[in-house]
Amino acid sequence: MSTNQAQGLSPMLHASSPWRESWRVFRSNRAAVFGLALLVGLIAMMWVGPYAYGVKAFDIVAQPFTGPFIDPKVWLGTDYLGRDVLAGVLIGGRATLLVGLSSAAVAVAIGVTVGATAGFFGGWVDTLLTCMIELFQVLPALLLSMVLVTLFSPSLQVVVIAIGIVAWTATARLARAEFMRLRHLEYVNAARTMGAGSLRLMLREILPNALPPLIVSATLIIGSAILFEAGLSFLGLSDANVMSWGMMIGNNRRNILDCWWAVTFPGMAIFATVLAVSLIGDGLNDAFNPKLQLR
Amino acid sequence: MTDSRTLLSVQDLSVEFKTRQGTACVLNGISFSLKRGQTLAVVGESGCGKSVTALAVMRLIAQPPGRVSAGRVLFDGRDLLTLSEPDMRQVRGNRISMIFQEPMTSLNPAYTVGNQIAEAVHLHQGASWGAAMTRAAEMLEAVGIPAPQRRAHEYPHQFSGGMRQRVMIAMALACKPDVLIADEPTTALDVTVQAQIFDLIADLREHTGTAVLLITHDMGAVAEMADRVAVMYAGHIVENGDVSEILQSPLHPYTQGLIACAPSARTVQPGEYLVEIPGTVPSLLEHGAGCLFAQRCSKAMPRCFQALPPLTQISAGRSVMCWLHSQAMECRA
Repeated sequence: MSTNQAQGLSPMLHASSPWRESWRVFRSNRAAVFGLALLVGLIAMMWVGPYAYGVKAFDIVAQPFTGPFIDPKVWLGTDYLGRDVLAGVLIGGRATLLVGLSSAAVAVAIGVTVGATAGFFGGWVDTLLTCMIELFQVLPALLLSMVLVTLFSPSLQVVVIAIGIVAWTATARLARAEFMRLRHLEYVNAARTMGAGSLRLMLREILPNALPPLIVSATLIIGSAILFEAGLSFLGLSDANVMSWGMMIGNNRRNILDCWWAVTFPGMAIFATVLAVSLIGDGLNDAFNPKLQLR
Repeated sequence: MTDSRTLLSVQDLSVEFKTRQGTACVLNGISFSLKRGQTLAVVGESGCGKSVTALAVMRLIAQPPGRVSAGRVLFDGRDLLTLSEPDMRQVRGNRISMIFQEPMTSLNPAYTVGNQIAEAVHLHQGASWGAAMTRAAEMLEAVGIPAPQRRAHEYPHQFSGGMRQRVMIAMALACKPDVLIADEPTTALDVTVQAQIFDLIADLREHTGTAVLLITHDMGAVAEMADRVAVMYAGHIVENGDVSEILQSPLHPYTQGLIACAPSARTVQPGEYLVEIPGTVPSLLEHGAGCLFAQRCSKAMPRCFQALPPLTQISAGRSVMCWLHSQAMECRA
């Protein structure tokens, strides 16, 4: 962290908001910057790659079980139906990442609402909501989301909601703890004496200060939601008309010994995406930690 | 007592807190009133109920465990204790506002100070955000912060303690409240800064006509700022009166003790011990029949341990709660 000290203008001179200060710490974290670059690269690959490559992922383009690095037309080989693995890898991240992001958003929205209400009001409200959190925590997550997806149609929206519903409890606990800690702070009381009501106190006074750990937790949820989506697709519980990495692995699982490439490359893509998100999450965790900020 | 200029009148206010050991009566039927533009100092040791009085007026006592068990808080003719919560929110920050002991933690670290002052103006006076920010800069200038336009866009961590207390005062006075409650506003500050803050409050009171309820244990501040003084001990107002009377001829032994405790360079010789009142404020859970101060009082008589003395009026606007003086009154009668 010596580079940091070299740039280390004292925070008093460097008049900046707490957010800008966190960004400065984030930027100096190499792993986090790598994660961010990796994610940006992956996103570019998912949205630009398919147009540049021009092959549709569902089209049968060559002999089934063509190995990778043999035919320059199908560089990563073909799967058991003769579909281009590279085309699938390029476009398959869209569904995975979108589902990951939106289900994390659903989970954070539910989690923060429930946790903030419980933590802010305390008393019987807290008891009731904590019971609810615990109920969802003990339900087997994969089973519950599988039930939800099979109960309704296996469309992307249903998958998003199914993942969101099983993934919110950790955020709720975190939000509850943060709101409990912050609600008695002097500036919250001061805002109360200035005539702020409960909703204003929660949204304006407490939430911005509770945000850093919640953002970190949201990032980690994105990572696990991506894995979850891949898991559901693997089990065939996802939209069959949308190519995704999880589905590619799932479709080829019977031929895993005959065409390892059709499973390995999407698997590596999932790994890279989750790794990128986790590195960003770690970086944010450090960046928002006031004790590490002044290093 | 119900003068037309009376703005805030607290009548027989009692507050109790439920604890595991029993119910603590933190305020026992206290009464005082505050006229427009006047400064009332509430003095006493820690744990006497000074801050609870302020919170009760603002109706901010956490419930449970606290409860206002009796009394009225008349503000501008309305009993604040019976107002609906939305109506009360319109009073807080707008008509009555408050500053705290801890300027270091009373500002939200997530917003610029200008933003926080503007918020109050925007909330209560329906001013547009631009107008509110202008007002915020005006207020920062009024409380003596240099380069207010620029400083308004800075965060609390960029201000020193004294500057933050100035910001708190700016925030509290931004809506031109009728009453400012200052709960030990200088306890956490340097001595040199303390004087500046008191000067500032006095100055602003002069300009705006805001009445000030000053909670303090600094007798120097009382002498400088207050028009009237209420001395609190263990949840009772044991003596009240005009500041000159209280400081020159304190009647209650506790008031005498408080004044004797205030060190001054003129009265204290090098090597001399400072005066103290022996003992501490009694637990509010267990009190016998007698005067709560009797245990610590050098002038205690047998009677003091048997019954609580009544609050006796000595002269107009002057009363004391002590057997020494109510006896005298009885004899005269």
